[in-house]
This record gives sequence, structure tokens and C-alpha cells, in this order.
Amino acid sequence: MSNDYSLAELCICASAEAFRGEGERLATSIGLVPRLAAGLAKLTFEPGLMMTDGEAYLVSEPVPVGPRGDYQPKIEGLMTYERVFDIIYKGKRQAMVTPVQVDRYGQMNISALGGTYEQPKTALLGVRGYPGNTISNANSMFLPSHDKRTFVEGEVDMVGGIGYNPARWPNGERPKHLDLRLIVTNLAVMDFGGADNAIRVVSLHPGVTFDEVQDNTGFALQKAEDLGDTPAPTDAQLALLAGRLDPHNLRAGIFKDNPPGRRAA
Amino acid sequence: MSGIDKTITVEAIAAQVQSGMTIGIGGWGGRRKPMAFIRALLNTDVRDLTVVAYGGPDVGMLASAGKLKKLVFGFVSMDTIPLEAHFRKARQSGAIDVMEVDEGMLQLGLKAAAARLPFLPTRVGFASDVLTTNPEIKTVRSPYADGEEFVAMPALPLDLAVCHVNEADVLGNSRISGPDPFFDEWICRAADVAYLTAERVVDTAAFNDPMIALQMPIERSLVQGVAEARCGAHPTSCGPDYGMDIAHMQAYNAAAKDGWDAYVADYIAGVGHADYIGKVGGEAAIAQLPLPVF
Repeated sequence: MSNDYSLAELCICASAEAFRGEGERLATSIGLVPRLAAGLAKLTFEPGLMMTDGEAYLVSEPVPVGPRGDYQPKIEGLMTYERVFDIIYKGKRQAMVTPVQVDRYGQMNISALGGTYEQPKTALLGVRGYPGNTISNANSMFLPSHDKRTFVEGEVDMVGGIGYNPARWPNGERPKHLDLRLIVTNLAVMDFGGADNAIRVVSLHPGVTFDEVQDNTGFALQKAEDLGDTPAPTDAQLALLAGRLDPHNLRAGIFKDNPPGRRAA
Repeated sequence: MSGIDKTITVEAIAAQVQSGMTIGIGGWGGRRKPMAFIRALLNTDVRDLTVVAYGGPDVGMLASAGKLKKLVFGFVSMDTIPLEAHFRKARQSGAIDVMEVDEGMLQLGLKAAAARLPFLPTRVGFASDVLTTNPEIKTVRSPYADGEEFVAMPALPLDLAVCHVNEADVLGNSRISGPDPFFDEWICRAADVAYLTAERVVDTAAFNDPMIALQMPIERSLVQGVAEARCGAHPTSCGPDYGMDIAHMQAYNAAAKDGWDAYVADYIAGVGHADYIGKVGGEAAIAQLPLPVF
């Protein structure tokens, strides 16, 4: 274990765990932390993972992020958007995304905030593929700002990603492929292992307390019995990030001032 | 030779669009959008359009030009620049009606229309606000032993569709040589008539290659007309010919605040395609725009 690592690196390594056990599933990772996490998983404990160059080609090794210089993606196949839809419906995929809002049910929003649906205060992207992703295959999240604007008190303003909310399930029955996995934030790692799939804190980033996480969350969190510190990145993981996955150190820009992973006492 | 010649001008395609039509626009976000057509359309007095698209600046320009009555969409984005400011402004002003669906549902709606079916079943939409905000979307129960209930994604038939391709011939054969054809074939099949704009109009013999034939998803019987428009996707990308013009897209995005009239005056109003390309740097400069890295 290393004692010298950044919060970004801690989050990347914690996020990689979302892909453990996925075998040959397609890892769709939207954003820098999820992308580095999937690449790290593939280069370490999940060599069978499928992933793309970020556009349309499947690659046999993770493509380094940022300017590629002379690097050429190692193409092993094709994964057009149309084919992504097919693989979603088959369920052979996990998506790791960064929604703007998340609620106690794990429902996610990237459509719009505030106002009315007809005239939102802030229009964002649209539901994109969230409804299909979440009803078809596994999903995890990375949230860089753990606060009550992100983890909202009520339901998210527009439910794109579906969650463990029986009131919304068709005929009250849980969608058979609904599978929310991991939530990694700047404060903690959470899962859906609480009672009735409630969100549960499973590890705290070094120096963070459960109360701090709770105070920054708009709903009551459960606490894992074996709640401990989020594992520090290993030297091998840090070397892969620096040497292969993120040679331009884009990860230093994930959090303001690139804070250390282990808070100063 | 067949004697078929479907070549027309971009302006002639725009002239086919009538107020109140439902039109489909090919491409995806900031990629391979038929922008020369969009600019030509902005020079007509057409209005009250319903647009079905994987939206980018095509949707944003139609919105800021006041031509959009309703948008059927899963997202509007310019990829590298995630938020499309003109679309956001229109949404936030309440100016447009929307049918917001999952991007896979959008494809199912196009496929249903293409197959002349009223709907296609899916689980997608359940438990999300896609169903609460679109009460017209009904459900259907499996007639088989499972008895499962499904969302019946309604067909999205289009009056007219326009897509931008790398190459086409006068018969309407076409090639998309970028890595992803997106959903252009379904947009064309869902439409009563489809038109293509193309980087290059080529001899049919240019397609006489089994590997090239794999890049030809749109059958020519769908295509009513073909217009050559070099750099016709600008400022969106058209791989492998050219990448996005990020600086132009940023300026366009910034114009949503209070610069739309100036943007129109500079790049759209009475500006033909050749003049537009000259104003944004010329073909040679556009050809040097780096392909996007995602």
C-alpha cells in the first residue's frame, strides 16, 4: 500500500472495484474517473472486460486518456451505438456514469433541474440512455461532489435512471434486471446493500467520518457493519495509472487543488 | 446506365420541407450532422416543425430560429461540448413541446415506423419519468405464457429525413466511411422520403469493392435526392474527412445568450454553402480539423 496518493487516485481505484467479477461484459465508462477505473480493472483483475476507444471500436487494451501522440488504439472489434443498444438489452454490460442528481432509491437525473417539466429552470442533456441502461444491465456511479444538491432529499427532478423505488415499478414488481452496484464519491464508497436495497456506506475515505457523509446527504444512509477505510491504492495500481492509463496526469484535475487521498489530521 | 439521376441542390432539399412536417435528422450530437441543409432550411420561411434526432447543433439552430414546434429526443449535446446552449435556452423558455425518450426507445420508434408497425415492445421506459411525461406512450402485455407487460414504443413516422454521408452517387447509393453509421439508416427508413447531402458525389464504380459495401447501410430506394455539400457537416465532425470545429462550436454556443442575430447574419442569412465554407476557413482548413478523441 502506498501512503502517497491523491483523492482522485483513491476514487479511481475504488471505482475499479465496480467491475470486479464482470468477466467479458462491456464496460461503458462515462467520464475520466470511470474510464480510468475500467481500464485499471482490465489491466489488473478483470482482463476479459470489453471496452471501446470511446467512439466505436472495441480495443484489446485500454486507450490512454488525453492526447494520444503516436499511440494507436489496439482495435479488436466494432461497437457502434446501435450495437451498444443490443448489448444493453442482452445485459452483457455495466455502465459507470456521473448523474447530476441521485436520490435514496438510486434514481438518477441528467435531464433538467427545477421549475416545471415544460419549463425547467436548468435544462441539461435529456434522459440519454439512462432508462434503458438501468432497466437492462448493471450500473455504478461516480459523484465528485458529495453534497445535498447531488444526493437529494426527495426524488430526483426527472427520473432517467430507475432505482429501487417500488412506487414506480410496473405493477409494483421489481424490474428483473435492475442492478445498481456501487457509488463512489469524494467522501466515501456506498452500495445498495442496505435493507430493501437502501444506500449503505461501505467505506470512508481516510479521514472522513460517517457523520460527515450523512450531513452531506439529503436522505438517511445505512452503515455497513464492517465499515472501514477505503483501501489505499497499491503501488502497482498507481504505476499503471501514471505509466499507461493517464500519462498526461489528467487525474490531477479531477478535484480542485488535487488533494491527497489521506486527509491531513 | 439506369438513367436515374437524383442530384439536386441543398437549397432544393430545404425547399421540400413544409411547415408542420415531422422531419428526421441524421448524425449524432456533434457528429456528421447535415448542417448545410440546416442552414439552408433556416433561410426558408418554414416553421412549426417536429424534429426527431439524436440532437446536436442541428436542433439548437432550429430552436433559436424559432422553427421548432416539437422535439422528439433522447439528448441534445455537442459531445465534446456536452451542453447545447440553444436547446437549453429553448427548453428553459418553455418554447418547445418535447417527447423525451431513452435513446434506444428513439431507435425502436424509428424501427417500428420503418417496418410499418404501430409500435415495438420494450422494457425501457418503465419506472422512469419517460412514461409519466409522455402519457401517450401505452403498454402492452405479452400474449405468451410469460404474460409480461411491456412499454409499446410508438412508431415515429417521418415526413422527410436528411442525413449527411461521406460519399454518394447519382442513384442514391451512399457510403458512411466514419466508424459509426449511427441511426441514419433507420431515420431514412422511417421517412416517406429521405435526402442525402454528401461530401462527394462519386461514380457508382467507386463502390465496387466488398469492403466499401460494408459501409453502405442506406439502400438507394429510400433516397429521393442527393446533394453534394463539401464540408457539409461543419461545424460538426465528419470522420474520417474532418473533425469538429471546436472553436466555431464554442462561439455558436456562446451566441445563444444574445448573439444569435449576429451569428445568423454572419453565417446563415443569405449565405450560400460555398460562401459559408469560405467564411469558416475554407475546405483545406476544415480538412485539417483533428478528428475527435473521446
